[in-house]
Amino acid sequence: MLCCFTVFIFCPTQFHNLQELRHSASLANKVFIQRDYSEGTTCRFQTKFPSELESRIELTLFEETVKTLNNFYAEAEKIGGQSYLEGCLACATAYLIFLCMETRYEKVLKKIAKYIQEQNEKIYAPRGLLITDPIERGMRVIEISIYEDRGSSGSSSGSSSVSGSTAR
Amino acid sequence: MKSREYQQIDPKALPTPSQSPPPHQHLAVGGDGRKEPMTPRRKWEVFPGKNRFFCDGRIMMARQSGVFPLTLGLILVTSGLFFIFDCPFLVKHLTRCIPAVGGALFVFVLITLLQTSFTDPGILPRATPEEAADIERQIDDTGNTSYRPPPRTKEVLINQQVIKLKYCFTCKMFRPPRTSHCSLCDNCVERFDHHCPWVGNCVGKRNYRFFYSFIVSLSLLTAFIFGCVTTHLALRKGLMFALQESPVELAICFFSVWSILGLSGFHTYLVASNLTTNEDIKGSWSGKSGDAVTNPYSHKNIFINCCSVLCAPMPPSLIDRRGFLPADEPARASGADLELPNPNTKSDRNVVGGSSIWSLTCRNLPLIFPCS
Repeated sequence: MLCCFTVFIFCPTQFHNLQELRHSASLANKVFIQRDYSEGTTCRFQTKFPSELESRIELTLFEETVKTLNNFYAEAEKIGGQSYLEGCLACATAYLIFLCMETRYEKVLKKIAKYIQEQNEKIYAPRGLLITDPIERGMRVIEISIYEDRGSSGSSSGSSSVSGSTAR
Repeated sequence: MKSREYQQIDPKALPTPSQSPPPHQHLAVGGDGRKEPMTPRRKWEVFPGKNRFFCDGRIMMARQSGVFPLTLGLILVTSGLFFIFDCPFLVKHLTRCIPAVGGALFVFVLITLLQTSFTDPGILPRATPEEAADIERQIDDTGNTSYRPPPRTKEVLINQQVIKLKYCFTCKMFRPPRTSHCSLCDNCVERFDHHCPWVGNCVGKRNYRFFYSFIVSLSLLTAFIFGCVTTHLALRKGLMFALQESPVELAICFFSVWSILGLSGFHTYLVASNLTTNEDIKGSWSGKSGDAVTNPYSHKNIFINCCSVLCAPMPPSLIDRRGFLPADEPARASGADLELPNPNTKSDRNVVGGSSIWSLTCRNLPLIFPCS
């Protein structure tokens, strides 16, 4: 009960210090998830869990994110009946249709951008992480930025103990 | 231009939580000594490769345009002469379809030529400094303690075949499979086919279908014009007379047509076997080393290979030509990376883009670190 009351008192202070808190998070490290070429040149990322993220996020959440992204890219690059028709139509119009119409790949890229923003808001930002859309890195890597609370002694465990003691 | 959500957010459009840059960085000294505000620069203006950009980054070519003006000139002059001199006679004596077919082919050839020349061939942007440092760390971590530099190749398994990926010293990354660095354009290009001086651009993943359409339609156009001109000469003066009178011109035309037809045939073979000119010339999959190597990218079916090369979804351009540079970062001289390397500013840029994310983070911080 006392703890909840303390948290309740703590929150308004936290809220008023939002600007300071925003400045208080600093970039500590960046982790790069490389491409997985085992199935050819199609866009896939490795699902290997980087050691730097072990203390920050659960393995299942990370794998879920990477697998969903891989599925999106597979959908974008899928060669099937629809892509044949689009290719033939494009050829018939001397490819001028690419100037007017949004391609299937671009539609999927928009979905990916929305998904990454959603993941950042719901899962990664609360854990002090931020995913950069691979398209901004030339589809080479998924860049995950690790942020540290500047008020801490520089380690994630330090920051939690500082906040914990403040809450108390 | 269509707006895309994944493009860089214009920093001027969003309130930045970080300190605003010092005013003098934003101002350029004008001719009369007064300080004037600088317009935000687009990324194509600081692109490190040897490319030329037109229409504010919408159109790009190699810096060395090669013989592209000659190609354009030859097509225009030859077709022009055909329409002026041969078409009237042939319309009168044969059919009206001739200029219609010729016109359609001519327009198709021009459009595909311009698209081949002006499209991004699939250039890979250079690695950011953080990425390059991460890769260097991984290479050095392989335990190489000798004085020799660590090996700059990485082996990957693609469809049960070992492929060596080479490290590109210019772009500071391991080149993906089938990617090659074009020395003329100073860029790594995905699925690099060759650098074509006739179109003044590299031919790679994104513009191969335009290039293929161009050479096939050009061979049809040249064969059509050659046929029409021969018919014209035959109808007017008799074929034997024409051969005697202008054998040299006819021979030049004949061999020109054959060379372009030959090129189309060669590229049809490449498309059907999912090969690039680069791989074919190097003999990557011909098994000359004695090992049983086959092309791991081939789908083992001619139809599927053709469709995957020509009818696959059009991949996006990875170089953000028309995106804006962050206003508070000075652009480096040529040779700089595409991503400007100030990590603090970059993190601010991420925070700018996710300012709502950080407000959520800060609201969630008490929830992350609950009191015990």
